[in-house]
Amino acid sequence: MSRWFSRKHGWDVIGVLVFAFLVFPVFWMVSTAFKTDEQINSYNPTWVPSHPTLAHFSAALHRQYFWTDVKNTVIIVLFTVGISLVAAFFAAVALAKYRFAGRAAFIVLVIGIQMLPPIGLVIPLYVLLGRYGEVNTLTGVILVYFTFALPFAVWTLRGFLIGIPKELEEAAMVDGSTRLGAFLRILLPLVAPGLVATSIFAFITAWNEYIFASIILHDNSKQTVTLWLTNFLGGSIGGVDWGAVMAASTLIAIPVVIFFLLVQRRIAFGLTAGAVKA
Amino acid sequence: MPYLLVLPVIAVMGAILGYPIYYLVRLSLQKYDLFALLRHHGEYVGLQNFSSVLHDAIFWHTLLRTVVFTAANVCLTIGLGTLLALLLVRLSTWVRLLLTAGLVLVWAMPPVVAVQVWSWMTNSDNGVLNYILTELHLGNFFQHDWYASPFWQLTMVTTLIVWQALPFVAITLYAALSQVPHELVEAAEIDGARSWRVFKDVTMPVITPVLLILTSLSILWDFGVFTQPYLLIGPGHLVPSNYLMGIYVYEKGYALTDFGRGAAISILMLLIVAAMSVVYVRRMLKVGEPA
Repeated sequence: MSRWFSRKHGWDVIGVLVFAFLVFPVFWMVSTAFKTDEQINSYNPTWVPSHPTLAHFSAALHRQYFWTDVKNTVIIVLFTVGISLVAAFFAAVALAKYRFAGRAAFIVLVIGIQMLPPIGLVIPLYVLLGRYGEVNTLTGVILVYFTFALPFAVWTLRGFLIGIPKELEEAAMVDGSTRLGAFLRILLPLVAPGLVATSIFAFITAWNEYIFASIILHDNSKQTVTLWLTNFLGGSIGGVDWGAVMAASTLIAIPVVIFFLLVQRRIAFGLTAGAVKA
Repeated sequence: MPYLLVLPVIAVMGAILGYPIYYLVRLSLQKYDLFALLRHHGEYVGLQNFSSVLHDAIFWHTLLRTVVFTAANVCLTIGLGTLLALLLVRLSTWVRLLLTAGLVLVWAMPPVVAVQVWSWMTNSDNGVLNYILTELHLGNFFQHDWYASPFWQLTMVTTLIVWQALPFVAITLYAALSQVPHELVEAAEIDGARSWRVFKDVTMPVITPVLLILTSLSILWDFGVFTQPYLLIGPGHLVPSNYLMGIYVYEKGYALTDFGRGAAISILMLLIVAAMSVVYVRRMLKVGEPA
């Protein structure tokens, strides 16, 4: 018994050490954001600031274009999530509930497209958007994000729909509704957690995206938060205001972390919500 | 009916994805520079872009570098991820919850934010990495420059990518590991099987399908990586000796506004990725379509 105990404790100690090691960069980001410039620029680091300052956060928030870029990002995200969700829902229903010719090919297309590295499509999308006057517009970015969000949304929603048992649908149809009616009345509420999870994933992807935003959006007033953050460094190594960069990084990470935690719980909920005891 | 439901997605993907891919092929056969971009019209040159890329030593060096980079990143991610998942199984509940929470936090970090944190920690003047390594007496790292050579630049990119990819691998594998029947492991242990044998004969068969999917996903992601190397090495420090494929496409095609050539490189890159993704897509079809 005592040997078993010590062994278990040994693993736990390793576990805590690994936790500290992995989380350290995140801790260091937040801790730096609250330090004074003096503490930041000293060779001997301050681990936890004893007198935390909010100066860097206020500097980041008042930095030019912050709120404009937040607004741009939110607009892009809302449109991307909204349109892709509607289109993806119907396709997911088709994939989960019907067998049809070309179904396998469609699935291969949906999975395969997610595997394409975005950088491989930068050249044609840039030239094409330029041709239709959509370079340097939010619409151009929305179109691109929408394309990349769609396959993922279809595949994830399909996963949620498959979890819903046939009996529920059939029960609805016995009650006299049409197949589409059954979908809308029975499936839609059941798949709501899936819709939430999918839109949050689409939100995170769009909020974090860098490549296309940097190529399509040139004006400082038309950029997204990731571009706003990378503009801080500006290529100079010498005079980087690390306190402000870390405060800005923290601010930009916060919504993503919150939403990410939500998705984790939602997915667990979504996977069990559709279950019916046989 | 199902066709009606799929139609919007097909139409959209065809318009916003099919058309660009068709356009990509067209561009790759043209001389398409900045003037062509302004005139919206390139000049047809046949396969000239491809032959010039394939005769370019930089292309082959970049390809080789990217393959080595991908192999190193995937091995580290999957290897460490498996160790982490095995560790998670052995922890008491509260430590497991703590570690899982930490993993989710790391997973949630936006890549662009992670790059900034890495730049700050590995900064040569007052980065915390140099301080810690020096204090641990691992050598004198005072003002050590972690980005002095292409090898070290890509090594730093690797640490960043592995750190960000570990949580996904560890948590997914942990979920798979908890499917391994407990009785089987115990029975094997009672029979006197050594822990390595138990792992190989009881645990491995259960987690192999998941491991395959994770490995092929990691290969595809790491091969096409762009944001992390571009931002961490820094746009001003990108030179042919530290190019990865994604950077090469960007530099030759977009930055030099030689879109025809960039398109040719993109096609070569996409073909390589498509060939590699066959394994993944077939796996997903098997797992995702149980019926």
